[in-house]
Amino acid sequence: MSQAADATPAAAPRSVIEARDLCLTFATNDGPVHALSDVDLTIRQGDFVSFIGPSGCGKTTFLRVIADLERPTSGTITVNGMTPEEARRARAYGYVFQAAALYPWRTIAGNIRLPIEIMGFSKPEQEKRIDRVLRLVELDGFGKKYPWQLSGGMQQRASIARALAFDADLLLMDEPFGALDEIVRDHLNEQLLKLWRTTGKTIGFVTHSIPEAVYLSTRIVVMSPRPGRIVDVIESPLPLERPLDIRESPEFLAVAHRVREGLRAGHSYD
Amino acid sequence: MSWTRSLLPILTVVAAIVAVWYLSAVALNMPWERDQAARAGTEVAFLDRVAGTLAQDRPVLPAPHQVVAEIWKTTAEQKITSKRSLVYHGWITLSATLLGFVFGTALGMLLAVGIVHSRAMDLSIMPWVIASQTIPILALAPMIIVVLNAVGLKGLIPKALISTYLSFFPVVVGMVKGLRSPDRIQLDLMRTWSASGTQTFWKLRWPASTPYLFASLKIAAAASLVGAIVGEMPTGAVAGLGARLLAGSYYGQTIQIWAALFAAAALAAALVALIGLAGRVTLTRMGFGR
Repeated sequence: MSQAADATPAAAPRSVIEARDLCLTFATNDGPVHALSDVDLTIRQGDFVSFIGPSGCGKTTFLRVIADLERPTSGTITVNGMTPEEARRARAYGYVFQAAALYPWRTIAGNIRLPIEIMGFSKPEQEKRIDRVLRLVELDGFGKKYPWQLSGGMQQRASIARALAFDADLLLMDEPFGALDEIVRDHLNEQLLKLWRTTGKTIGFVTHSIPEAVYLSTRIVVMSPRPGRIVDVIESPLPLERPLDIRESPEFLAVAHRVREGLRAGHSYD
Repeated sequence: MSWTRSLLPILTVVAAIVAVWYLSAVALNMPWERDQAARAGTEVAFLDRVAGTLAQDRPVLPAPHQVVAEIWKTTAEQKITSKRSLVYHGWITLSATLLGFVFGTALGMLLAVGIVHSRAMDLSIMPWVIASQTIPILALAPMIIVVLNAVGLKGLIPKALISTYLSFFPVVVGMVKGLRSPDRIQLDLMRTWSASGTQTFWKLRWPASTPYLFASLKIAAAASLVGAIVGEMPTGAVAGLGARLLAGSYYGQTIQIWAALFAAAALAAALVALIGLAGRVTLTRMGFGR
């Protein structure tokens, strides 16, 4: 696989996201909340990076900063060498939220068409892309259905297809499978890994599930709250080819153990 | 099956209302019958007196069959161009209602769009919109008629404006809620695609507000009819259902009043049903249906 070749040091993949001393403080009625504190992180092309930590650790905030949905208070961050705002205008990323947020008045195909319609792609090009991404998330044949006719897992796949439709190299996913049951979740994790390997995209993935983070990622960023900061960055020793039963292997359990240790060390129970 | 099941309760309620109505008519019209008998110095049998209460010319409360007969007489048995025709008066009121409804809906939508997109408008216009509805329309209508008459506007437009005044309000309130109904995630998504304000409006806010719009339009249509009827009262009771109501009360023609009331109620029910149907068809075609 070409991914394996890219991963060798000789290929030296370029960095997609570089954050230096990133801080973000929200002013609230109860005083300032330090959502991000001195975050340093580099995400390289083709990485699958998971952000894991308890609520309030700033994992979602960090993703939103990358997406230019929040502005950092201090520090610098670049996305593809640009500011987040420039990157957003250059359609550098697709964003997947916890809820599928499909428009009930549009069919599945219509929902996927929405961003590429806004971006001004031609009609035939739109059709081509809709067909392609529907196949990519294994929803071919469901284009004419309305969202309420699909299960939650299928809806979330449609929202991933929507994020893939305009060829952004970067996919930002904020607990995309958090609201689904575990069986559906396993299946979607498998599908997502396959999709990542075939498309070669860079993925930033927020989760609070340790098995999910370890199973999916090439790197795991462990975060802790008050103030939101990075406590550990783990390079996964697992091979790129990952059947579901890899989760029983000693390597997998070792990584999971280290993530758990990181979470325990960083978590202040006050 | 489902028809008969839903029809039975409705018919039961209607039957109960009719029964109560007849009993009330007998009770309320009885004193006059008693007076008449006493004045004539004759003794009238109870059953004849009861029959009399249901056949008076100017009863306190007309019996249902009298109202039905009056409606029949003034619709089916009159040319619709005749001033005695309820259809003629109904159309006068309906035309003002529809014009006012269109004005009110347009005004309501414009205000809602402004309020949702401009914080200044939200803060400055919204309180006035609400205050406008606290003024009794009965107090305001004659002044609107008089002022517009002074500048040469009479007939349809002043009545339609009173309808507008009543009908824009539910549209503003419903549309503001509807245009604000997209949640944070949907707005964030639009931002990640760098959608313009116009795109966000036409592709997200506008379609999302459609169910709210149709709910508001039903209320607006009924309010608009009330506005048109109220607007017909100070014009000297020339034409329209409002005029029939007023003329009826001048001359003690209670049967005429009730007939006009029922005509107005039927008109309102038809309008609301029509909008309900349009709403269902539109929403189903948009894919909201479930």
